[in-house]
Amino acid sequence: MSTAEDHHDPERRDFLYYATAGAGAVTAGAVVWPLVNQMNPSADVRALSELRQDIEMEPGEQIRVLWQGKPVFIRRRTEEEINSARDVPVGDLQDPDARNGNDYGAPATDANRSFGENDEYVLFMGVCTHLGCVPVGAGEGDFGGWFCPCHGSHYDMAGRIRRGPAPENLHIPEFDFEEGVVVLKKQYKP
Amino acid sequence: MSGIPHDHYEPKSDWEKGLHNRLPIIGLLYDTLMIPTPKNLNWMWIWGIVLTFCLALQIVTGIVLVMHYTPHVDLAFASIEHIMRNVEGGHMIRYLHMNGASLFFVAVYAHIFRGLYYGSYKAPREVTWIIGMLIYLLMMGTAFMGYVLPWGQMSFWGATVITGLFGAIPFVGEAIQTWLLGGPAVDNATLNRFFSLHYLMPFLIAGLVVVHIWAFHTTGNNNPTGVEVRRTSKEDAEKDTLPFWPYFVIKDLFALAVILVVFFAIVGFMPNYLGHPDNYIEANPLATPAHIVPEWYFLPFYAILRAFTPDVWLVMFVTWITGGIVTAKFFGVIAMFGAIAVMALAPWLDTSSVRSGRYRPMFKWWFGLLVFDFFVLMWVGAMPAEGIYPIIALIGSIYWFAYFLVLLPLLGVIETPDAQPENIEADFAAKHSKHVDGGSAGSTQPAE
Repeated sequence: MSTAEDHHDPERRDFLYYATAGAGAVTAGAVVWPLVNQMNPSADVRALSELRQDIEMEPGEQIRVLWQGKPVFIRRRTEEEINSARDVPVGDLQDPDARNGNDYGAPATDANRSFGENDEYVLFMGVCTHLGCVPVGAGEGDFGGWFCPCHGSHYDMAGRIRRGPAPENLHIPEFDFEEGVVVLKKQYKP
Repeated sequence: MSGIPHDHYEPKSDWEKGLHNRLPIIGLLYDTLMIPTPKNLNWMWIWGIVLTFCLALQIVTGIVLVMHYTPHVDLAFASIEHIMRNVEGGHMIRYLHMNGASLFFVAVYAHIFRGLYYGSYKAPREVTWIIGMLIYLLMMGTAFMGYVLPWGQMSFWGATVITGLFGAIPFVGEAIQTWLLGGPAVDNATLNRFFSLHYLMPFLIAGLVVVHIWAFHTTGNNNPTGVEVRRTSKEDAEKDTLPFWPYFVIKDLFALAVILVVFFAIVGFMPNYLGHPDNYIEANPLATPAHIVPEWYFLPFYAILRAFTPDVWLVMFVTWITGGIVTAKFFGVIAMFGAIAVMALAPWLDTSSVRSGRYRPMFKWWFGLLVFDFFVLMWVGAMPAEGIYPIIALIGSIYWFAYFLVLLPLLGVIETPDAQPENIEADFAAKHSKHVDGGSAGSTQPAE
């Protein structure tokens, strides 16, 4: 039987073996990585990750915008709507976390889920925390806020889950607000 | 090919000899087509031909559809309508492709349950079984991606829900989901890559089909008795078998013709019966259909996915013991893929020395219950996840796992099998004489 040791120069043979195997491994990596990486979000998709939105509107008005492929609900609430959300004690809520990307871990009071003068505005993702359907509203469901028709989750006027299978309040992304304009920056990620 | 002894191809003319010495392709085709096949195969052995036909149908109609389809979020839906309304015969081609997917899955489920009943997965056919399972997984991937291409409401929301499953994987889930989608949500990048993969995967399936056939041509076909063909001599083997051509080809093609009568009746008269009307509404990321349902062939596994809700004690226990890493959602994902994994492991879970369910008195009933369970899960998967349905789904899911993980290992130990025929010839003769006896009183057995 012939092995590398039988030959005149085993070290030379070993060198060839390891050099070829090494070059093969590097080449395989160099081929595979670009093929995997090309599937990541492209530059134009990443560039659209921030959104500026003018939110000047009358009380009781609401806009739905698409951001990062998902709907965002922004509403300027009426006095009555604000009160309906404020009157709820945090202890009565299914999810006591505000789910607010600007203030992680805060309790789910109305103040922690709203912004603007007199807490008029609310802004959250229009994505049900159960299975990702888009809720309808406002003014829908048993708590007068939003209602998800897929599996019957009821949200109140602050977008908090009150009844149904959804485990969490509607998520509030990280955003800046100044002079009537919101800049959406980052999804809520606990 | 090795295996059952039989006559091999002998080139006759000089031209044939010349070709055979350079490329033995005629010999390969001859031996493949003339393979000795157990002569007692019943009508459950026709699904292979039906499946081959389906693959060819889907590839041919698919290639033609691509000549008119545009994979872009703004144009995809319109291009489907263009195929339906403007392209000559386009509606027929599309309906064939759409319903061809359903026929494909009808055939594959019949084929799989045939294998499960007659023990076709058992040694020495484990490789055939595993390759078959890989083909089945690829089929599901292909069908799922194909369903996204028309860019209707069900396409979009189905893709959102199913890719969302990957998001349930602990720690890396969201990164994987974003990578799969090519962005934060289902969008143009997703549609384009699904189109590319939907075109690629049928060819991978075709390659695996060749390996699948190669594997069972090496071991020989299983048969309803599960008793092996005698390999002691060519003469013995010939008593148990008939060549695939013409005997089984004609039988299989006859069965295919009957099935295609039903298929074309559906394509012609009720082409949208198996679809969802919501998919004729263009995809809208701002509005969800009231009830998201996958295609019928995914329903049993969709039911298993949804069955493990956070209030099931097993889920609570696993969540607690993993410190919250395995959530109910992730548990559901594991269960769904696990349901297929346990089926793939059947060759190693089944401890019985008897191959065919025909001679297993207890196994028969449990197998019947598994088939029933499959249909129950299919039905409950289409129902809303409310009221009594989640409980039915949970019981059905538990039985699915219990069959493979508990019953298959246990039955082989506690069951006393019935007597098996000595060989295939004896089984065939017994059936043949019974058939004659049961006929008109005056008939006599023809002299042989």
